[in-house]
Amino acid sequence: MKARTRAAATLLTPFFLLFTTVMVVPIGYAVWLSLFTEKQSGLGFGGAETVFSGLDNYTAALGDRAFLEGFGVLLGYCLLYIPLLLAGALGLALLLDSALARARRFFQLALFLPHAVPGIIAALIWVYLYTPQLSPVVQAMEAGGIGFDFFSPEGALPSIVNIALWEWLGYNLVIFYAALQAIDRSVLEAATVDGAGSWRVAFSIKLPLIRSSLAMVALFTVIGSLQLFTEPLILNKGTGSAVTSTWTPNMYAYTAAFDRNDYGLAAAASVLLALTAALLSFAVTRLTGRRGGRRGTGRRKEKAA
Amino acid sequence: MSKPRTPSVWLSKAAVNGALVLAVVYMLFPLVWLLTAATKDAGGLLAGNAFSFEGFDLGGNLSRLAEYNDGIYFHWYLNSLLYAGVGALACSLVSVAAGYAFDKYDFPGKEKLFGVVLLGVLVPTTALALPMYLLASEAGIVNTYWAVILPVLVNPFGVYLARVFSAGYIPDEALEAARIDGAGELRTFWSIGLRMVMPGFVTVFLFQFTAIWNNFFLPLVMLSDQKLFPLSLGLYSWNSNAHAEPDFYPLVVTGSLLAVVPLVVAFVSLQRHWKAGLTAGSVK
Repeated sequence: MKARTRAAATLLTPFFLLFTTVMVVPIGYAVWLSLFTEKQSGLGFGGAETVFSGLDNYTAALGDRAFLEGFGVLLGYCLLYIPLLLAGALGLALLLDSALARARRFFQLALFLPHAVPGIIAALIWVYLYTPQLSPVVQAMEAGGIGFDFFSPEGALPSIVNIALWEWLGYNLVIFYAALQAIDRSVLEAATVDGAGSWRVAFSIKLPLIRSSLAMVALFTVIGSLQLFTEPLILNKGTGSAVTSTWTPNMYAYTAAFDRNDYGLAAAASVLLALTAALLSFAVTRLTGRRGGRRGTGRRKEKAA
Repeated sequence: MSKPRTPSVWLSKAAVNGALVLAVVYMLFPLVWLLTAATKDAGGLLAGNAFSFEGFDLGGNLSRLAEYNDGIYFHWYLNSLLYAGVGALACSLVSVAAGYAFDKYDFPGKEKLFGVVLLGVLVPTTALALPMYLLASEAGIVNTYWAVILPVLVNPFGVYLARVFSAGYIPDEALEAARIDGAGELRTFWSIGLRMVMPGFVTVFLFQFTAIWNNFFLPLVMLSDQKLFPLSLGLYSWNSNAHAEPDFYPLVVTGSLLAVVPLVVAFVSLQRHWKAGLTAGSVK
């Protein structure tokens, strides 16, 4: 028995050593940093002096309009992106799962493929497709009488939502499709025999049965959305874009740290962002877990056994 | 099974498959554009008719890519391969060892400890980048390979996947048999457990390889020496120049195309594995 405990400890040690080094310690350090402010002494020759400032960095961040506007942008992004992503991925998964679909493996692969493209490259491709001088899409739209500026204040958010959808739709589609395929076919046949049409089967039987997948996708999408950085950064570097360098809270933290060297403020912004993520994760888990939770855990045990 | 009887079934079939085809067009046209655009020089790109092979000069773009700044692009390529290859290999090993321990052994506080791992999945990694940078600069490893490799060795989700795979692929009887034959615990893990959980190992490797290949934020924060850049950061720096000098456009586009190829090949040839990974993460 002792040998087994020792073996377990040996096998777990590398992971937890690394876990502590690159996750636990940085979290603690971020909290610590957020409580201090660096003051340049004299002309800055004497180096920086670090002063304990309590919650000053937090009040400074929360009092900064740019930071709050970043959360406003995130809210708008989530309200537009998450319903589109969930509805799109679910709708396509249901279509693929319906008895009418052909060539399912091809569709799955083709729809998943954009996820293989690195986020930065996905952003570059789309920004080029948004740029009038480069883009056949914009030119085709103009030829058709549609003038839409993808970089304008109204256009920037949909532009970024489109990039994110392109990257993540196929990924989540595969998750939903796998969950749909795992449904016991006899349940569906029973419903059909009872006279339920395909719409009825989809909404009253299939959807409730894949609730735990829905919950998981929603959770990871929320956490991912809060980290929004790469795509807007590329738009920000484009000329004439409405995306500012503090457009999202993450960009705010990055700018505070690396343009202004205000590590305390950047740390406070990061901590606030992580707290928001924690609160939202908790809310999403609660919201989706209440009704589907029991069934979910039951199934999980069954599979593990 | 529905039975195709009436003409309306044909209509529904056309509608379902039509919708799927539309979705595929939306997903694939940017990739087709990338392919055709990579064959054009700056003039051809700016002329805007990029969806054709008119003015085909892929060879020219490739040689310019190879020549620019003493072939720094291929230096980035090797860096990406190194970061993603070594990082994913080590990460998979660490994750599978931990997942195996969580699955096969009982020890006090096990589920609590596993709960900590699951919490780690929820931590927004970009919020960690700044403190990680400052810690790395204290340790003197900013602007080195270590700064990019060390943080990607940890993947809590990989441990979760590994535990699920260990439960699915390694029957306890096989371990008992090895013990009866007198093999030590670590020996049993190495020569029985690890062999049996190989499909899971490949899955975790594939996911981590992709994650590292796609990683942008961490290198952006950690690296300033161009020689250490991975592809993502290198292409980003070129793109920043493209507005002033349109000659960079073909470099960015052709470079992006080459950077996408290994991942597309990996995903097409390893379909079984990424589907298994996504399924293990969701259905179970």
